[in-house]
Amino acid sequence: MPAQVITITSGKGGVGKTTAVANLAVALAANGSKVVCIDGDIGLRNLDVILGLENRIVYDIVDIIEGRCRLKQAMIRDKKLPDLYLIPAAQTRDKNAVSANDMNRLAKDLRSECDYLLIDSPAGIERGFKNAIAPADRVLVVTNPEVSAVRDADRVIGILEAEGKGPAALILNRLNPVMVKKNDMLSPDDVLDLLAIELIGIVPEDEGVIVGSNRGTPVASDPKSKAGQAFRNIARRITGEEVPFLDLDHSGGLWDRIQKLAGRK
Amino acid sequence: MSFIDKLLGRKPSADSAKERLQLVLIHDRTDLTSSELESLRDDLIATISRHIEIDVSEMQFGLEHDGRSQRLVADIPIKRVPRRRAKGKSKAR
Ligand SMILES: Nc1ncnc2c1ncn2[C@@H]1O[C@H](COP(=O)(O)OP(=O)(O)OP(=O)(O)O)[C@@H](O)[C@H]1O
Ligand SMILES: [Mg+2]
Repeated sequence: MPAQVITITSGKGGVGKTTAVANLAVALAANGSKVVCIDGDIGLRNLDVILGLENRIVYDIVDIIEGRCRLKQAMIRDKKLPDLYLIPAAQTRDKNAVSANDMNRLAKDLRSECDYLLIDSPAGIERGFKNAIAPADRVLVVTNPEVSAVRDADRVIGILEAEGKGPAALILNRLNPVMVKKNDMLSPDDVLDLLAIELIGIVPEDEGVIVGSNRGTPVASDPKSKAGQAFRNIARRITGEEVPFLDLDHSGGLWDRIQKLAGRK
Repeated sequence: MSFIDKLLGRKPSADSAKERLQLVLIHDRTDLTSSELESLRDDLIATISRHIEIDVSEMQFGLEHDGRSQRLVADIPIKRVPRRRAKGKSKAR
């Protein structure tokens, strides 16, 4: 079966797109899918360090597009997970070095090479974003439970609908259940009410995410990490598995439900 | 929300966030500012008033959302006095 192309985007910067791509790639590859991820953030390369592959880069996406190397030469294979590959962004070029057509052509060539092609979109709604969504079969929008992130997510969801790339699914990242309980953070229900799109996962705020990025080992590979568990669940939902958001064994109220949604129980 | 907030009767910050976002998103999605909406309302009143008498003070007008689609909702009470008879009376006078 040809690969499914999934783009992760957000509107607002710094909400966790790269973190999500790295963790979903790790979780999918650990479950036996062949995954290629593309860093679409030309000029601000980051996915390589988050995946711990920064020392192995020879060629990048612009080298492929401009014909300086073959596709396979720019695909860096992960050491721990042999089914995981990265195509890094060009660091010394700007986003104008790539067009939407280039992305479509690249994705077409990669479809027969893997099961999932994950594209890490840059922040914003300009050229880099347009390039990243061009070949997408499915788009995941990452947001945080904060006014500016939710507002920007709404803009992006609207653009995706207008471009025929909808409906998008939502990853709510950095949820802090303690703040939600104190009524000082938008709850998952609030955010879903506002954005009115399908939810594919809630990832709690977790220090382990930073520790993992320090080491270049995404938390999805840590069986004890809460955020890692949340990303593994999202990966399973991507493959079509029904993973409950709610543990029905606990007949808790709203608070219990949020804890479970966030993977704290 | 802190004890002090409760003491001062301040609403939880998450509620403010949600209420503010609800308004902002409606305006973002329709690409209408509050003042544009206001002038749309005035135009609507002017147009309708050319045909029938309406009770502007009781009028409801605004944007609502239903999932991801927006709708413009107007509820405009019509004044009781039937126009023709009102005119007739003034003629008779
Ligand atoms: N669930 C989480 N818990 C704690 N920290 C997180 C979580 N998710 C992301 N972070 C941190 O937030 C920061 C931004 O994350 P990331 O780089 O993935 O965002 P981004 O959306 O890709 O940013 P950009 O728009 O710049 O590309 C990083 O320092 C990351 O470690
Ligand atoms: Mg990023």
